[in-house]
Amino acid sequence: MSGASDIAAERARHPEVFRSKGWPRWLLLGGVFGYLFYLMWLFDFDRVVTDLPKVWVIVRLMLDWTGIAEWDHAELWRSMLETVAMAYVGTMLAVVLAVPLGFLGARNVIPRRVFHFFTRRLFDGLRGLDQLIWALVFVRAMGLGPIAGIMAIAVAETGVLAKLFAEAVETIDRKQVDGITSVGAGFIARLRFGVLPQVLPVMISQTLYSIESNSREATILGLVGAGGIGLRLSERIQINAWDQVAYIIVLILISVAAIDTASRYLRLRLIGTANA
Amino acid sequence: MTTAAVILVFFIAAAWTEFSPEKIAAGIPRIGEYFGKLFSIEPKGSAHPIGVLALPHLFGGVREPQSIAYWFYRIGTYLSLLWQTIEMAILSTALGFGAAFALSFPATRIFVGSGTIVFVTRRLLEFMRSVPQVVLAFILVWPFGIGPLAGVIAIAVHTTGTLGKLFCELNENVDLRPIDGIRSVGGSWLALMRLGVVPQVLPGFLSYALLRFEINVRSSTIIGFVGAGGIGQELKRVIGFNIYEEVSAIVILILLIVVVIDLISEQIRHRFIGAQSFNAATS
Repeated sequence: MSGASDIAAERARHPEVFRSKGWPRWLLLGGVFGYLFYLMWLFDFDRVVTDLPKVWVIVRLMLDWTGIAEWDHAELWRSMLETVAMAYVGTMLAVVLAVPLGFLGARNVIPRRVFHFFTRRLFDGLRGLDQLIWALVFVRAMGLGPIAGIMAIAVAETGVLAKLFAEAVETIDRKQVDGITSVGAGFIARLRFGVLPQVLPVMISQTLYSIESNSREATILGLVGAGGIGLRLSERIQINAWDQVAYIIVLILISVAAIDTASRYLRLRLIGTANA
Repeated sequence: MTTAAVILVFFIAAAWTEFSPEKIAAGIPRIGEYFGKLFSIEPKGSAHPIGVLALPHLFGGVREPQSIAYWFYRIGTYLSLLWQTIEMAILSTALGFGAAFALSFPATRIFVGSGTIVFVTRRLLEFMRSVPQVVLAFILVWPFGIGPLAGVIAIAVHTTGTLGKLFCELNENVDLRPIDGIRSVGGSWLALMRLGVVPQVLPGFLSYALLRFEINVRSSTIIGFVGAGGIGQELKRVIGFNIYEEVSAIVILILLIVVVIDLISEQIRHRFIGAQSFNAATS
């Protein structure tokens, strides 16, 4: 049906569709790909090919679980539980700190521009540094162990949650606050009965999400000595016990999936919607 | 009832992790002391530590204590490492984008007839985003050696997993009429994807990729803790050797670079992609 002549006719009828997009576009694409290839060369990507046999060695060792009876399962499971406990305690401390900070950082609670600027920059500073950096600092300051991890989670998460809570408070409906003000409520009563009921669902949902993501993050805090399963993992990697490394990774994946499921169930029970 | 359970679990978890008020009380002065040391120096010939900066010396030379130049005297090294960190983020985001782009089409149910392909691709993406990237980098340092390569691959794998899932969600919401149109004139599966789907989803894809780039810059700063390159490797070294004033200098630079990248990326998102598709992609 559609012969070459038909196509030529279509080309003539709609020149703008068939027109070449022009050389600037190709030059840009070429430049981008050239730069990416330069970066690959810079970071020795040829080693991906030359060292591939070594990767296969690790993968083979990881899949060989014949020694599973001799592993210290009690220690590994205890560390995994410790990791989850660290995430929970750290996040809860962060919530306790972030609720008042969130109110103070909201523009409609304290309408002072300078104050607002400095509280927001404080939150940015706390969450701008990764938890792992905080963990490294707290391990130096407080010694090895889960306490350093808890402090790292608490500090970094305070910045995240305070910002989110402040934004939630800023988007509330003013009418409820006005209503309570009109019957003579003080500052605290206005926050408690005018603002808090409106932002509580957001806060609960965010807190649950934080517990999930911190359980993930806490698994690596042990790599710098801040307690939990990461420490066991780092030991196993250093002695090349790859089968146990794989086992720990499976353990992490199962625990994280279990926490995700539990948190989805809790969210459904507490605020009646599975995602938000 | 729920509140009681939350508090009860808190105390059980706190006991489990040996988190006690006494330990915190004992630790807080040490934290204060440590942060104090980060911002003080002990110049040669002086017995007492002094503040890292002082107004009269602020713009003095490299040999004058309490000047900016003295505090940041290794700025050249830091800047080259910071640039390496950003390059790691660029390359890993690009590689992850490419892989996620390719995998997102077989992972979308409405494009693929076979349920097996969808299931396998989805599980693969899930696995890629579930393994913590620092753990992956730690493992990859063994075959690929100390250096940025292991970090780039680890971040790229994680990016593939997260972007793949998001791309998949965008794919599921495409308008099916252009696809039907192309199918009606006999387009192959690749043509359907290239001409029917990609033009619809590309703005959303790029928007997600930029957001991911911001996150990857943060990841690149810490991936060096396990020997996988970037500024993190240097930060771990100076923290380990207790070179206090360099710790604060590097931390300040990391904070600055994270803020600057966030601002630039926000500008690009708003200017080139347009507010509308950005909102569609993030909501």
